[in-house]
Amino acid sequence: MSELIRLSAAELAAKLSAGEVSAVEATQAHLDRIAAVDGDVHAFLHVSDSALETARGIDERRAAGEQLHELAGVPLAVKDVLVTTDMPSTSGSKILEGYMSPFDATVVERARAAGLIAIGKTNMDEFAMGSSTEHSAYGPTHNPWDLTRIPGGSGGGSAAAVAAFEAPLALGSDTGGSIRQPAHVTGTVGVKPTYGGVSRYGSIALASSLDQVGPVTRTVLDAALLHDVIGGHDARDSTSIPESWVLMAAAAREGQSGEVLKGLRVGVVKQFSGEGFQAGVEQRFAETLTLLQGAGAEIVEIDAPHFEYAVAAYYLILPAEASSNLARYDSVRFGLRVHPQGGGTVEDVMAATREAGFGPEVKRRIILGTYALSSGYYDAYYGSAQKVRTLIQRDFNAAFEQVDVIASPSAPTTAFKLGERINDPLAMYLNDITTIPANLAGVPGISIPMGLAPEDGLPTGLQLMAPARADDRLYRVAAAIEARLESGWGHTLISQAPALGGK
Amino acid sequence: MSEITPELVTHLASLSRIDLSPDEIASLTTELGQIVDSIAKVSEVATAEVPATSHPIPLTNALRADVVGETLTQEQVLQNAPEQQDGKFVVTAILGEEQ
Repeated sequence: MSELIRLSAAELAAKLSAGEVSAVEATQAHLDRIAAVDGDVHAFLHVSDSALETARGIDERRAAGEQLHELAGVPLAVKDVLVTTDMPSTSGSKILEGYMSPFDATVVERARAAGLIAIGKTNMDEFAMGSSTEHSAYGPTHNPWDLTRIPGGSGGGSAAAVAAFEAPLALGSDTGGSIRQPAHVTGTVGVKPTYGGVSRYGSIALASSLDQVGPVTRTVLDAALLHDVIGGHDARDSTSIPESWVLMAAAAREGQSGEVLKGLRVGVVKQFSGEGFQAGVEQRFAETLTLLQGAGAEIVEIDAPHFEYAVAAYYLILPAEASSNLARYDSVRFGLRVHPQGGGTVEDVMAATREAGFGPEVKRRIILGTYALSSGYYDAYYGSAQKVRTLIQRDFNAAFEQVDVIASPSAPTTAFKLGERINDPLAMYLNDITTIPANLAGVPGISIPMGLAPEDGLPTGLQLMAPARADDRLYRVAAAIEARLESGWGHTLISQAPALGGK
Repeated sequence: MSEITPELVTHLASLSRIDLSPDEIASLTTELGQIVDSIAKVSEVATAEVPATSHPIPLTNALRADVVGETLTQEQVLQNAPEQQDGKFVVTAILGEEQ
């Protein structure tokens, strides 16, 4: 295994700008790794055939003395929910098989402008509906820590790609935990920014009031560096927040000293424990709190009485918005078209196409959303869910009057077995209990590795949440905790992941 | 006690333009019944005085000046069309025989 792929993006970037490594070498090393291990992991749906050429262009510009972005030449994996002009974009669905976008998503455009090398598109649950990638129309991704287990979802491909050293950086999207929960189960870092902090233009819509694009990496600093590239106002996204942001990388670097932990008030939600939470996850979380206290932080118990309604509200709001967003797959302008036997009207073609092109979870949520929005049920279901959203925001507001950040395990359990919950939608939905509240309230959240669960040796993640627009606080605090944890372990968590590909 | 019946699922499938098979209607009836039972609890706390939130970060409408911006070419718009002719999308009959 080339040592280049073990480097963090920040370390690789330093070697690239010092001229010790070329972008072509860095890209080739990751393409070789993909060739060696992705048959087992299946993180990628498509690998770029132009990445080396793009890398050559970066090397030439650097050789010509051009001042490039500090990440120029670093490879990037892109979740298939984000549209790209040089690779197909399917959102994990058969209905979009082979779809070639005429434009790049804003985040992809910004990444390319910074000189990042898009090396491939990563696997995901179909239209980002799922917590395991098992709902991908192209087969599941396997967790690099244990190939028989799920890599999380919906962004299991992006998380597995960085965990398996197939890319140092990846882009994800988080509607109810699709960046943070995969980070938790793969021992990596994932960030859901403040809603509106990162452009959603060119992100294939699931639930527009919940979706947010964010970084997937192996270190907090790398996530911050990528956040700085993709974040900021975009006039093409009407929900983009029109304000300037401080540099997340500066916050992460500042946080590494640990100073920020002194006097930091850390909220612990009393509703996030007990039933459904695996003992080893709770143990690692308790140890992390002890470590925080040792570093001078104050732990404050937070009562968030409406969080227990979050999953229910989410599974009304998301299907309602998804049923509307997915109406665009009508077989007319793009995507699959299936003609029913004996022909029929355009409506019959539409119904046959959607029957053939959507998988079971997508159908389930479209039907559920259509039900929640139908006349006679609207007030009881969708209307009530929107009120719960207000109550959850109020719980967050009350909490952030008492504390600076809220901490919790990022998910209740470690990675479960592939197949274990595929036929039990409710069990799958409950997996998102810790991550959903942040999406409903629009606040930012990060997941960082907090150790291996003693009973199964699998990764666990610490989730931190901050008030809306305080993303920099998350990076500052997460970088401090990451540094403390790693100095305690004497290594990074990801360095303990098993070798893949028989090497 | 669920109110989800096969007839309701069939109706919802028709509204959603998905030609579900009889097996899918049967399994969805059971699954949706369970899901709806578990999410109906939102009404416990959603009392009349609580305002609804549709959007997490309050923003007023983002409008731009009414001028021609970057647009896709006709070729780009049609590049993913399942069927096209003379620069237009082709579809089958809009109206059925009984209409």
